[in-house]
Amino acid sequence: MPGTGIVSIAGYLPRSRMSRKAIADAVKWANPALAGLGKGHRTACTPDEDSITMAVEAGRSCLAASGGAIPEILQFASTTAPFADRSNAILASEALNLPSALRCADFGGFLGAGIGAVIDALDRSGTSLTVAADRRAALPGSALEMSVGHGAAAVLTGSNNPIAICLATHVNAEDFVDHYRAAGSETDYALEERWVRDEGQMKIVPPAIAAILDKAGIAAAQIDHVLLAGTSAAAGRQIAKACGFSEVRLADALDGQCGNTGAPHPLLMLANTLEQAKPGAKILVASFAQGTQIMLLETSEAISGWRPHETVRSQLASGSEEENYVRFLSHSDQLTIDWGMRAERDNRTALSAFNRHRKTVTGFIGGKCSACGTKQFPRGPACVNPQCREFSTLEDEPFKDKIGRIKSFTEDWLAISANPPLMYGNVAFDDGGVILMEFTDFAPGELKVGLPVRFVFRIKDKDPKRNFRRYFWKAAPARNAEKR
Amino acid sequence: MMAKGIRDKVVIIGMGCSQFGERWDCSAEDLLAESFREAIADAGIDRDQIEACWFGLSMDEQNLGKSGLSASQSLRLPNIPVTRVENLCATGSEALRGAVYAVASGAVDIAMAIGVEKLKDTGYGGLPERSKGTFNELWQPSATAPGSFAQFASAYSARHNVEMDQLKEAMAHISWKSHENGAKNPKAHLKRRLSKDAILKAPMVAYPLGLFDCCGVSDGSACAIVASPEAARRLGHEGELVAIKASQIAVSNGMEMSHDSWDGSYAHTTRIAVDRAYREAGISDPVAELDMVEVHDCFSITELVTMEDLGLSKPGEGWRDVLAGKFDADGSVACNIDGGLKCFGHPIGASGLRMVYESYQQLLGRAGDRQLPDPKTALTHNLGGFPNFNVCSITVLGHLQG
Repeated sequence: MPGTGIVSIAGYLPRSRMSRKAIADAVKWANPALAGLGKGHRTACTPDEDSITMAVEAGRSCLAASGGAIPEILQFASTTAPFADRSNAILASEALNLPSALRCADFGGFLGAGIGAVIDALDRSGTSLTVAADRRAALPGSALEMSVGHGAAAVLTGSNNPIAICLATHVNAEDFVDHYRAAGSETDYALEERWVRDEGQMKIVPPAIAAILDKAGIAAAQIDHVLLAGTSAAAGRQIAKACGFSEVRLADALDGQCGNTGAPHPLLMLANTLEQAKPGAKILVASFAQGTQIMLLETSEAISGWRPHETVRSQLASGSEEENYVRFLSHSDQLTIDWGMRAERDNRTALSAFNRHRKTVTGFIGGKCSACGTKQFPRGPACVNPQCREFSTLEDEPFKDKIGRIKSFTEDWLAISANPPLMYGNVAFDDGGVILMEFTDFAPGELKVGLPVRFVFRIKDKDPKRNFRRYFWKAAPARNAEKR
Repeated sequence: MMAKGIRDKVVIIGMGCSQFGERWDCSAEDLLAESFREAIADAGIDRDQIEACWFGLSMDEQNLGKSGLSASQSLRLPNIPVTRVENLCATGSEALRGAVYAVASGAVDIAMAIGVEKLKDTGYGGLPERSKGTFNELWQPSATAPGSFAQFASAYSARHNVEMDQLKEAMAHISWKSHENGAKNPKAHLKRRLSKDAILKAPMVAYPLGLFDCCGVSDGSACAIVASPEAARRLGHEGELVAIKASQIAVSNGMEMSHDSWDGSYAHTTRIAVDRAYREAGISDPVAELDMVEVHDCFSITELVTMEDLGLSKPGEGWRDVLAGKFDADGSVACNIDGGLKCFGHPIGASGLRMVYESYQQLLGRAGDRQLPDPKTALTHNLGGFPNFNVCSITVLGHLQG
């Protein structure tokens, strides 16, 4: 649609960064050729993160930077969605506290799903939020284990003051099988890189780029930023040459400290570019996945006033290094640790109870007393203030965007956790209320009374018996929160 | 007419306590029989003289199932009312409260409280994994007992500006003292003395609680037979009688969990329950009037904050008092002279009654190597649940007056 574009955008990278050298060292006995890839880091989820939790984080960050936009459509794109039949988009919409008058759609099936969903959104009117995330597993000792990363991106599209206008889109479909993952399989089967480059990428991508430039009436030399996702760095340079782009215009594919995140990757690269772009920049985003998915954008004056919430660059610079390959495998569900008899506990979810408490659990919505003003979580039939205790006075109070402070804590080595020690404690919200909750993204020794925390949507428990997982909120470091 | 409380209305005429420990040799039924047979022999009565029973059993899933049936059946009781009670770690004290209230009401002359827990059939250490309820499971952390009580330590350290190393020294003193006491108690599970150094160097269970900051996990049972003073005399109980001076329970109402007015460094319910108990028992100066306390030392830090909550130390000074030996066997108020939960472990349904058993023996001068010089007043305390969400029981015992 003319006039539509990108209103806001954000990326999300899990805090844990696996050292590729540690992977190479661990698997060199089996595959010494991987030593050459043993540089830099790749992002990796901890066991309480999945495509939904990462998508929710990216979505929150994108909406926070949008100046309060409320989307009419929510699209979720992933090749690793936790649920095959239970809309991941609808679940994410409740974690994002979006109104239920919302059209939700799930996209998947191939790595072009994220950018494909954004192209769909740009082709129609209205405000849409697209969240894309992938948590791809790779076989231990494979090249893919080095090159993939976990991450998410969110893009808000519409015509209300976009920071980048869509000039053209172009999609073509070619069943070129550079890799595939069969239904029910956990990992990819990948073909030889040289064949993929010469017979696939070089034959498919340059003509598609020529076609979109022609459609928009723009010459290759006018493009300021060229973003190529789904191709190797070497293939990217060859494509740039074939299309007439100067190599310096090629955007960072985030290979060094993140890896290829899959469905969100073109959008993550775009977030990184837009977060640094000036008005009037022409940006070409091309994804290679069973054909190509391409967007041509131009930044508007509005980008000067746009303030990203947490940039991809700052997330790349933070993070916490993981050097323990065994833990990495365990976190990827590729190694089974003996967690002992305590772990045999049945984690069945009473879904009728969950349904009654959905707003509390998924939305992190507590109560505020209309009689005394006390904020509290969770809300019960009566106010918790000892001086009040009125019945039926509690109104909805969202807690997810508050800042809290640690009141007390422990690092519990006895409690069952896939990422021990289980850390939890009492947290006081800055504007009132207290909760006993789990901490996440803290390393042992980092917890201290008084530290500020923010709240993130994470996996609370898994029920392997019924293949279910439930989510709740956890307290994570709020490194930018002001000192009290 | 205003109620006057329970003081001196009910006396204990007999008590029993099983050997505590890893009782692989016996089931909960056998443990019940062990404490029951000692109690009726001590009371000098036949079981058919017992008119009502309150039965404490917390974890029915790993145990004897629900209801009072298992106690009635194991002990072949004469079809009397048996009421099973459960109130977390206060379960045993709750059973005693039921029996004491029954006698005080005049409904019966003789009642029994008995508690048991068979924890060692789970197959793993620590307390059994169990549900917190359908809604709580959806949001509360999968916390353990050590992890939840460890919260006291970080909050106390922050509130009173005590370095964790100093606090750990005081916590180690508490565990050391309990092992010194427990080593003299043939019925204790752990009878080994421990050096403070070994305690401080133990592996971490839930920061800052190391292995020896945690009480043991044991099987055990304890039993009390209570009667009106008149019935006791009628049955031929001469001389000093041990009377219940106060029996109180305080239960959290969500304030600590969700309201800002609690700082996490103390147990709110202990302060409420003990205030009521001191009034009921007529105690105005606990340090001077209490000769011994048996407190809920599930973890060393719990005992430390309890010294303050009971008014035996000023807030923020408990750790100094502990290090100065105020609560040692020869201190001004002996704490956990029998070895405490630390050495007895914590068979939940039995623990409160086990504390009363030690108080009863001490008050009657029958505590052997552990006997305190002429104690007159004793207090027992249980704290069940989490620091932010709990049940506290206080029982005060002393020689019958009037």
